[in-house]
Order: sequence, then C-alpha cells, then structure tokens
Amino acid sequence: MKERFLKWLNGDQDLMEHILDETEGQEPSRLERKERKEKELESFSRRPEVEAVMEEERKAFQRVYLAVAIVSCIALISVLLYVVSSLSRYGVENPLTLEVVRRYVEDGLRETGAVNIVSGLILDYRAFDTLGESHVLFTALVCVTILLRIDSKNMRTDYEDYYTIRQDQYFDLSKDSIIRLVGSVLVPSILLFGIYVILNGQISPGGGFSGGAVMGAGLTLFSVAFGFDRTDRFFTTRVSAWLSFCSLAFYALAKGYAFFMGANGYETHIPKGTPGAIFSGGLILPLDIAVGIVVCCTMFGFYSLFRRGSVGGNADHH
Amino acid sequence: MNFIWNLPLFTIVLSLFSGPLCTMLKAKAAKYYTLFLECSLIFMTTLVFWYTLHTRKAFTYSMGEFPAPWGNEIRAGTLEALIALLFLVVLLCSNLAGWHFLKIDIDESKINLYYSLLNLLTAALMALVWTNDIFTGYVFLEILTLTSCGILIVREIGRTTLAAVRYMILNLLGSGLYLLGVVLLYNLTGQLLMVPMQETLAVITGNGAGMPAVSLSIGILTIGLGIKSGLFPFHFWMPDTYGWATPTSASVLSSLVSKAYIFLLIKVYYRAIGIGVIARTPILKILFVLGICGIIFGSVSAIRANNIDRMVAFSSAAQIGYIYMGIGMGSTAALTAALFQIMTHAVTKSLLFLTTPYLAEVSGDSLLFKRLQGSGHRNRMAGFFFTIGALSMVGIPVFGGFSMKLLFAQSAVLETSVRKMMMVMLALAVSSLLNALYFIRTLVRIFTEPSQETEKASAAAGPEDGAGEGAKAAAAEKECVPGTARQEEMEIERLSYGTAGMILTAANVVLGLFSWVVVDLISRGLSMFS
Repeated sequence: MKERFLKWLNGDQDLMEHILDETEGQEPSRLERKERKEKELESFSRRPEVEAVMEEERKAFQRVYLAVAIVSCIALISVLLYVVSSLSRYGVENPLTLEVVRRYVEDGLRETGAVNIVSGLILDYRAFDTLGESHVLFTALVCVTILLRIDSKNMRTDYEDYYTIRQDQYFDLSKDSIIRLVGSVLVPSILLFGIYVILNGQISPGGGFSGGAVMGAGLTLFSVAFGFDRTDRFFTTRVSAWLSFCSLAFYALAKGYAFFMGANGYETHIPKGTPGAIFSGGLILPLDIAVGIVVCCTMFGFYSLFRRGSVGGNADHH
Repeated sequence: MNFIWNLPLFTIVLSLFSGPLCTMLKAKAAKYYTLFLECSLIFMTTLVFWYTLHTRKAFTYSMGEFPAPWGNEIRAGTLEALIALLFLVVLLCSNLAGWHFLKIDIDESKINLYYSLLNLLTAALMALVWTNDIFTGYVFLEILTLTSCGILIVREIGRTTLAAVRYMILNLLGSGLYLLGVVLLYNLTGQLLMVPMQETLAVITGNGAGMPAVSLSIGILTIGLGIKSGLFPFHFWMPDTYGWATPTSASVLSSLVSKAYIFLLIKVYYRAIGIGVIARTPILKILFVLGICGIIFGSVSAIRANNIDRMVAFSSAAQIGYIYMGIGMGSTAALTAALFQIMTHAVTKSLLFLTTPYLAEVSGDSLLFKRLQGSGHRNRMAGFFFTIGALSMVGIPVFGGFSMKLLFAQSAVLETSVRKMMMVMLALAVSSLLNALYFIRTLVRIFTEPSQETEKASAAAGPEDGAGEGAKAAAAEKECVPGTARQEEMEIERLSYGTAGMILTAANVVLGLFSWVVVDLISRGLSMFS
C-alpha cells in the first residue's frame, strides 16, 4: 500500500500505460529509461536509515490506525452536534452579540462608501485579515510551483518528457472544432464577466476573489480551446510573476499606508466617492483589482503547472 | 503617539511585501536581501522591546481608522517583543548556518522561492506574536501552515514529499479545528478581538449557563493548536517532518513554528478567554497530564531511535511536553517557566538541528549512529556546538536547560496540591535521567575514535549507500584547490555557521546564567498581559 502511495506521489505510476502501448515500438529505450529512473528513486529509499524507519512505521500504523481514526471521528461528530444544539437559535437576537455587527450594518455605507457591506467589511473594517488572506493564495502558488515546476531535482527523464508530449497530444482538444467554436464564444464573455464582477465589488456581490477566479477559468478555457501557444503569446512566466508581484506589492503598501495613517489619526486623502457609483468605496476598487489579478494568475498558474510543469510560456523547459 | 508604536505594523507589512519580492530576485540576491530584512526586523523589534521596557506599559495599535471592536488591532508588550526578538534571532541564525546545505538540497532555480516562503513565514510569525484578534490569528495560521509545508517539500526527495503531505493533512485538521473553535466563540460572544471577547465571556459564563458550549469550543480550539504544535498523542508527525527537511527548515519548523502556535494558545487563554473561565473547565488538567505523557514517551522514543535527527526530533516532543505541563499547572510561576522553556528550546533545538547535518556530512552523509562514530573529531566545530546543545538539553548548570528545570521545580513547590507537585518532580527527575541517557550516549558516540575495522567497513560501504548529494558535494570539496573562489565560499560558509552557532550558544548561556533577568522580563510582560 505504502509503496504504491509512494509511487503515486513520485508520479512514477504509469496511468497511461495501456493507452500508449501502441507506440512502444517507436521508442526502443523507453523501458530502459524507466528502469533507470526507478533505480534512482530506489537508491534513496534503500538507504538503511530510511528502511529502518519505514519498517517501524509499517508496524505501528497497521494495528492502531483504523480503530483510532473511527473512534476520534465519531467523538468529534458527537461533540460538534452537542455544541451546535446548545447554541442560540438562528434569527433570535442576542443583545450581547450585536455590538459589532450593528455598526457594520448601520454605519457601513457611510463610513466605507461601499454599498456592498461585505466588501466594506473585509476590505476596510477588517482589512488586515484580508491582507493576510490575499497572500495565502500566493503562498499556495509558490508551494505548487516548488512541487511541480520542472527542474534538475524532480528528475525529469527523457522518458517522462516523451510521455508528457504523448499525453498532451492525446488530450489535445484544440483541434476539436466544437470546442474551438464554443471557446471563441464563451471565452470573451467569461473574461468580460470576470472584469464586471471585479469592478462592481463595492456595489454588488462579488469582488476580487470571485472575479479573479472567473477570469482564471476563462483563461484556462482559452488555453484548452486554442492551445498553450496562444496564451503563451501574452501570458509568459515572466508576465505572470510581474503581475502577481506588482499587485501584491501594491496591496501591501497601499494597505500599510492606510493602516499607518488611520492609526496615527491622519487623513488618508483617499476619496470615498458617491456610494453606488463605480468609483466609490475609497481603496476598495483598486484593492479588488489587485486581488483579482493575483487570483487570476494563480488559478491559471495552477492549471498550467499541473498540465505542463511551468507557470507560463517561455519557461526553462528541458 | 510615539513613532515606535508603528514598528510592529512595519515588521508584518515589510515581511509580507518581501515574500512576492523574493520571487523576482536571483538566488544569491534573495539570500542577502532576506538576511538584510531579518537584521532590520531585529532592529525594529529591539526598539519596541526597549520602549515597552522603558514605559512599563503595553500599547495597542488599531489597524486603520476604525477603533477596537470593529477594526483589527495589534498589541505590543514586553513579552510579545521578547518572543518576537527571539524568533527573529533564531531565524537569522538558521538562515546563516543552513545556506551550505540549502544550495545542495534545493535546485538553484527554486532558492528564491524558498526565501519567498521564508519571508512569508516571518510575516506570519510576527503577526501571530503581535495580534490582538483571534481571527487574524487564524489567517496567519493558514499562511504559517502553507509556508511550513513549502519549506519542507522544497528538498524534493520522495521522503520529504511524503512527510509534507502527512504534515499538511495533520496541520489542516488542526487549522480546521481552530477555526471551528473561533467560529463557535464568535457565535457565542459576537466578538473577535481578544479583550472584548473576554468581557462578553465573563457575562455569559457568569451564571454558569453558557459553560458547556464555551468549554467545548475552547476544547476544540485547544486540540487544533495541540495537533499543530505536537502535543503528546499528536507528536508522531514530528520525526518525519524534522528528520528529512533541509537544516534551515528543520530548525525553523522545530524551534519557531510550533512555538508560535503555543504562544497563540497562551494568548487565547489569558487574553481572549480569561484564565478564570479556563480554570473552571478540565482543560488545564488534561493539558498537564498530556504534557507529562509527552515528556516520558518522547524521551523513550528518542532512546529507541537509531538515527540522530530522529532522536533530536523525538526529544522535541518531550520538550514541547514541558511547555504544556507548565501551561497545564495554571499558576503564574508555572506559566513563566513554560515561556522560559519556549525560549530555551528555541535556542537549543535550532542549534542541534543546524549541527547534526554537519556531523553527518563528515560521516558519509549518514545520520545513523554507527556511522557517526568519531564525527565530533572530524568536524570539531560541529562537535563543540552539539556538545553545548546536548548539555543544555540534559540540564547541566550554566546552560538554559538547567534553569528551565529549576524554574519548573520551583513552581511545583509553590503548588498547593501535593499530588501535582510530586507528579511534576517525578516527571522532571525521570525525564532528566532519560535525556542524559540518550544525549550522553550520542556525545560518547561522536567523540569516540572509530576502531580500525569499523572505519574500513564504513569506507567500503560508503560509496554504495551513502551516495547522496551531500557525499558527492563533500567529495567535490575535498578536491578543490585553496585560494579559488570555491574555497573562499567555503570559508564564508564555515564562518557564518560558526557565527550562528556562537550566537545561539551565547543566548543559551545567557538563559542559563542570567535566568533571573529573563524571568523578570517575562513576569513583567505577563503583568501587562491580562
């Protein structure tokens, strides 16, 4: 079980073996290459300290693991059900707990200039949390990049490259005329809708996170329907990195400025605008745009990393 | 308002900004930038520390124009500044000493990403230390979780990936439980900031009606943070996580990340909920027992380990047990001892984790005890630092570990319940004995000259199964000619390892010899705390 899991983790299990079998003859050294790579991986796990540890774990895990898992799950479920049953009922007002919420609802529009109270709440009242939250996604992108971007360490062999290319050809949908046609209709509208959601974050439900996700989906569909060659023309690794960096840097510095001025009792000189107009809500609109860009780059980056091991085009492909 | 009040904000925003910035830099530039950033953060934190010491008051700083219960808030007192300063110094030392292995373990093109993660981790540490709001705590907990998985996975050998997946699953479980606890507490009180929450909770629990829901929420939150910091039954992820990571990551994860979770827990207990409410639940007693179990079982596992890194990692489980024992005793004296242990352990464990790979490097890149025979002679500096760390762990006077055990013993004597006192004393005695057993054995092992036969055997076996990257690099280093750039670089690496080791040793000795100063600082901080 563990070996299979390890194999799976290392991306070594050939899920496409049967599909690709027909091309076996064309690539004579394929098996040989695969064996060599397996040997490389094995050499690490055959070292005595690793072996001892694995043996020890195997013993400990098999016995207790299942029982403990079941018992603790049941315990947690019953505790949570008990706590929920003792909470006050939904909709019943508890005067004690309303102090904070009341100001958000009643004075939110006047104080933040945003019709959408949620936007005002997350980007103005509690902007520090959101500052952290926007970096969470970026952190995730960096982690996935570390894991999936091709380099000398994740031992990309010729076999695997060959395999990836074959896999890509097999799944390549950009030759499919239905997908191309639907894509050419849908992609512009999805992107436009994403921009709409981002720009209207302060006056209607939406904002940077949701709009950015929509735009990321649009970009992904674009590259599925028309191939990576098209997206690589404007969305290279470099462009993606610069966009993310500039948006996040703008976010951190703008919000740092607002925190600094607000805490020291200075005027920030950021106009609130007329509530309900596009230019309202002070910093909310630019911050939404910045978050939208980061989310869009991240979403497309995830897709691209999983698909071909680089964030954008022109990467150091072996 | 004094300008110094702004500095905690700057430490957070600057390190957040540096995360994305480092992805744009080259490997070397990212390294020097990070070192520079850490030095400037240390400078800022020192100013805050000095200021709170001088004014004898903590200050709160609202993030933006909206005041306390509506906007976010951070808070700085002597204790927060002291812990932040400690974290930053250990981070700087890990960075200095780990570079040598970093460039072997990590692909050149990903070193800047590593530093990016390290800076985001710094931001999260700072935010967790300064925050005055339990939901901000959750947000930066997430960043800390993700970055710690990232700095683990970056070595890209199958084993670290497996360890990171495990670590991530457990950590996400912990985060989820913490979030559930926060949500339940918010539902009960309608507050997220610590001080208003404490006031509302006092009203709710005043007549005892809201007590079951409150205590279960606190319990869920505690389990969450307990899993993340490696409390006794949840400590099984530790050896894998620390044992295979690149040394900088191992040091940061063991000595800072788990401590940040514990510090957040202390903050939640004493500032957000109030120790009066906590004392009415059985949580403290449970923590006390689990802490003692952790001390004993961690030490026993460490004795059984045949690999030096796993031994040090299991000893971490034992040391975390001390901290939870201190929290569980519930008295101010015990909490002071627990905070003192946070500091001692951070300083000692980072020294040990940064030293073991140097010992392994001169032993055919193997961490097995049988290979490490005599490695203390082959790399004298590493042998020296390992001795310091081991002696401190065992609790030899002059070093921090001794003062820590003394403080725990003193706080146990102050306990009213004799049974509790006996349990603490017994735990201290047994664990000191066990600590001595495995650390002294290791010391003897690394300072005994290997006999002719074993040396021959290891030389024969060396090229086969010690053929890791480290051994290759060591072989490459032997070939290099003095006076070349490579040689110079090696000298610099040696120097930075020595400097980092000396800083950590000095901190350890200060904790040991001038423990009363540190205890005074901690108790001043605690008096500002609630």
